[in-house]
Amino acid sequence: MNNVHNKKRANKSLPFFFKDEFKVFFVIIFFSTILLISTFTFDKVPPILNRGIQPATFPKGLLVLIMFLTTIIYYLSFKNPWKKEKKLPKPFFLTILSFILFVIISKTLDFFLAISVLSIFVSYNWGEKRVFYLLLVGIIFPLVVFIFFEMILSLRFPPGIITNLYYY
Amino acid sequence: MMVPLFSSKLLIVLLFGTLFGLILGVLPGLGPTTGGALILPFTMTLDPLSAIVLLTSIYCAGTYGGAITAVLINTPGTPAAAATCLDGYPLAQKGEAGRALGMATVSSTVGGIFSVIVLVFFAPVLAKLAYEFGQPEYFALAIFGLTMLASIGEGSPIKNLIAGAFGILISTIGKDFMTSIDRFTYGINELSVGIGFIPVVVGLFAISEMLTQSTLLDQVFKRVALKAVKLPSLDDYKKTWKTILRSSGIGSFIGVLPAEGGTVASLIGYSEAKRFSKEPEKFGKGSIEGIAGAEAANNAATGGAMVPTLALGIPGSATTAVILTGLIIHGVRPGPDLFREQPDFLYGIFGAMLIANVLFFIFGFFGAKLFARITLVPNKILWPMIFAVSVCGTYSLSQSIIDVWIMLFFGVLGFFMRRFGFSVVPVIIGLILGELVEGTLRQSLVIFDGNWLMFLTRPIALTFFILSFIALAFPLLRSKKQKK
Repeated sequence: MNNVHNKKRANKSLPFFFKDEFKVFFVIIFFSTILLISTFTFDKVPPILNRGIQPATFPKGLLVLIMFLTTIIYYLSFKNPWKKEKKLPKPFFLTILSFILFVIISKTLDFFLAISVLSIFVSYNWGEKRVFYLLLVGIIFPLVVFIFFEMILSLRFPPGIITNLYYY
Repeated sequence: MMVPLFSSKLLIVLLFGTLFGLILGVLPGLGPTTGGALILPFTMTLDPLSAIVLLTSIYCAGTYGGAITAVLINTPGTPAAAATCLDGYPLAQKGEAGRALGMATVSSTVGGIFSVIVLVFFAPVLAKLAYEFGQPEYFALAIFGLTMLASIGEGSPIKNLIAGAFGILISTIGKDFMTSIDRFTYGINELSVGIGFIPVVVGLFAISEMLTQSTLLDQVFKRVALKAVKLPSLDDYKKTWKTILRSSGIGSFIGVLPAEGGTVASLIGYSEAKRFSKEPEKFGKGSIEGIAGAEAANNAATGGAMVPTLALGIPGSATTAVILTGLIIHGVRPGPDLFREQPDFLYGIFGAMLIANVLFFIFGFFGAKLFARITLVPNKILWPMIFAVSVCGTYSLSQSIIDVWIMLFFGVLGFFMRRFGFSVVPVIIGLILGELVEGTLRQSLVIFDGNWLMFLTRPIALTFFILSFIALAFPLLRSKKQKK
């Protein structure tokens, strides 16, 4: 019930730059502007070869449309402020951290080691403390997935310290 | 040539797809769209017909499967089953879970079969009409499909349009298909071939859902005991047959509209059932008509949504967007030519959908108790496993680790989009339609010698532009009226 109450409370009391509406508006406009600027660096087709419009014209139009629509939703949010979202809990940030760990480990050490580490990390931080289940999600299941992809689908995974033991 | 529908391989695919779809439908947060996205990379090992039969059977069974959790734990397994909760759970609390599930099973099956009949008769007619289409008409049609995003079930119309435009923008990454000029590649070689559908689809649906689940760990489901699924009594049939037929019609019609789908269909089916009911006061308290109205409509939307998907290449719902992705990656281009050149392929899909509806009736009737137990698998075990499958599936398509990074990026992006009220479905539809929109626009401008006003001289294109305008104006006017 408390959660419902929190969600329905509009975030009127915050300074404008802390409000979700402004954050979303700012992020979309910021990245759209960067992308729009980058469209001016696209190569141009000489007029004699050009069929219809230049390759940059269509993305430019889309980016302008996105910025225009974003401005409208921001303007409309003055009249109807968005519902305040609950603060993100700790497991969310730990899950994001596990994604970062996954990227680092899969890039530097091993793809399957990265899957195992992520699975155990996520499962543990989401509340699973039993060793058997941690081993199930972290070792047994990735092993089954590896065998399925490698043997049945004949897929070759990227080399790594553990995967190489199998391949060589 | 005979459609090899009863080949042992296709029957196994159908059985697996129906079972898998039911399991996905039962698990809150998964459902046929995310499940279809997860299985998409695996379909590459199958021939095109088997792949699409697998996806469509997941679609049919997954849509029904959502009703099981809606009735037993008051949580729709799929968004399309949201209206089923309103009466299914109260009926289950009264000790009539078996009767509620029995009605959901029967009405889902009737709705599903009704919609396949609509698909069989209506899709070829629409495809024939599409023969009249040139590049300008296809451009106008694609614009109509995109503007329908404004009235999609969830999210604000403008946010849906932003998400759709973003999806089209993603489709422009890579080499321009007309001039081979690099766009948004920033010197990264892997980006010059563009961004694949699968990393985006898996990221936006599966990984973003995993992040959403990480914020819901304190949620506790209370499951109502289920002894057995019961067929509705004769009295129940007498009370609901009109509702089932009406909702089947509503669901099929809503499904045909581009970008609409089971969620909108079930809500309209439910509200119409209430409007026509002799006992409207029972709705929300355990009305058997309420379950019939919602379930017949959401399953009827499956066949309806396949009509524009197959006949025009415009997805009718989120899951058909995934099915359309499957068709494209298997080299099958939906549209009128598909009806002329590959009728066996199409009738294979129609037949498979029909059988899938019968199969989920059997599985649902005899196995609902077992499927209900799947909800007991804790998220802390389930989602790390789904992550492993998502990562390997995405990697498997082009054996590129970059695809996995893209999947993770879209997973995080999808989470924040959903958090701030942007539906991720328009992104997928925009990505699928992007090439069609840009290609037909540029080719039309070549035909028209750069004169944009020439679009208005084509009657079919003009009709679609007018419909697009209505599709844009209607949800805005509706929300304004609701505020008043």
